[in-house]
Amino acid sequence: MRKVAVIGVGCTPFGEKWETSFRNLFVDAGARALEDAGISGEQIDELFVGNMSAGRFVEQEHIGALIADYAGLATKHVPSTRVEAACSSGGLAFRQAVTAVASGNADIVVAAGVEKMTDVGTGATVDTLAGAADREWEGFPGATFPGLYAMIARDYMHRFGLTREQLAMVAVKNHRNGAKNPNAQFQKEITIDTVMQSSLVADPLRLFDCSPITDGAAAVIVAPLERAREFTDTPVQVLSSAQASDTIALHDRRDISTLDATVAAGNRAFQLARCERKDIDMIEVHDCFTIAEICAIEDLGFCSKGDAGRLTEEGYTALDGTLPVNPSGGLKACGHPVGATGIKQVYEIVTQLRGEASGRQVDGEIGMAHNVGGTGATVVCSILGVI
Amino acid sequence: MSVARFWRKQPQRYNLIGTRCETCGTAFFPPRSFCPECRRDGRIVEHTFAGTGKVVTFTVIRTASEAFELLTPYVLAIVELDEGARLTSQIVCSPDEVFIGMPVRNVFRKLGSDGESGPLYYGTKFIPAL
Ligand SMILES: [Zn+2]
Repeated sequence: MRKVAVIGVGCTPFGEKWETSFRNLFVDAGARALEDAGISGEQIDELFVGNMSAGRFVEQEHIGALIADYAGLATKHVPSTRVEAACSSGGLAFRQAVTAVASGNADIVVAAGVEKMTDVGTGATVDTLAGAADREWEGFPGATFPGLYAMIARDYMHRFGLTREQLAMVAVKNHRNGAKNPNAQFQKEITIDTVMQSSLVADPLRLFDCSPITDGAAAVIVAPLERAREFTDTPVQVLSSAQASDTIALHDRRDISTLDATVAAGNRAFQLARCERKDIDMIEVHDCFTIAEICAIEDLGFCSKGDAGRLTEEGYTALDGTLPVNPSGGLKACGHPVGATGIKQVYEIVTQLRGEASGRQVDGEIGMAHNVGGTGATVVCSILGVI
Repeated sequence: MSVARFWRKQPQRYNLIGTRCETCGTAFFPPRSFCPECRRDGRIVEHTFAGTGKVVTFTVIRTASEAFELLTPYVLAIVELDEGARLTSQIVCSPDEVFIGMPVRNVFRKLGSDGESGPLYYGTKFIPAL
């Protein structure tokens, strides 16, 4: 297998983009990535597009072709494939692109993610997102996506003594980071009181425990490592990109508060990259809800089960802490356009490793991205490093 | 929310009829035709659950999808049946009443409807069995 590098990245500002269409969101992110890599569209061999539910959100399917068309590549007949794994669609698109280059099947490949979620009402959004879980046996009796994570939070708090305040501190920390990110949907710091006084969505989770509904797109361009310096002085190597599955329904899990797919994908990613937990300098984890960040830190092996709340409280995961978690602001402050999130995480790690993250810059040479689909039925973990 | 019509014809919607692997003894609800442990060595047979169990974890849904909006707030839980299988279900009780470990039993209830005049659909819920 060939070694792979990221040679360009691009991201739109995240938020409620009423004035922008679905296709323009993607074109904006793609153009930024091409410009960053200093290449033209004709050099692209293949595209992978992460998208969860354009069919429900904007009533458009056949996203692969649409993206190729509006990227100006349709008449070049460039292959373009949509990949879907709920909120891990972006991570999956990245892994597909890396595999395509590593296998020697293609040289210059775009991995993109895009979602436009604000064009439907809240009830319809809640219902669409519930499709990331088991529609027949979780959705039918009335489970919502926040409701499923709320049941993880309840189980976790009961067993490990995590306090409601510690949970709120995850949101406070991520908003503090998001305030330093010009692409973030929320660029305002919040306090523990902001979280505790926000409305209950699904007990014990409140509005400020939840990532928002967001429009946005991100794109990264990968190439063989041996060619990377043709395009950029600051290539970032993809040390590994690993994926794992688990049961679609939360009720079938071995342990409600452990995402075994995170454990498996994390272990594989570390093995393939031949590095250890202590080598990781920063990590973007999938904090669709505050409890998800707590579980992620533990399931990836950065601390023992039950310790992540205390570590958050002690500043271990802050920008200036031992292990900065979600320097971008995470899904919580940056926003969570479901299909785009996994690519935005890679975008952030690359930006950090190139030393271009300005106010939220973390020193480091190796970073990790952790992208979860549903309540953990699909997880993709990717490790990247400076060369 | 669009509820698939065929679901209303599934007997498992109204009765806790699942399956059991005779090789390893694991019970499944909803029914599975492959045992994840024994795979092709598993012998799957139909199994009717007694309908009693306990609450593993729960939440109170305050923001629901369109089909359940009128029901909020409602208690949703993961229930572990005495035979070992777990499922997600509503618990018919007040939000203050439910706790982890609460014994429950199944009942047959209306789950919702397609809009105000659309067809009703029914399914399993649980009630406290204290
Ligand atoms: Zn078996």
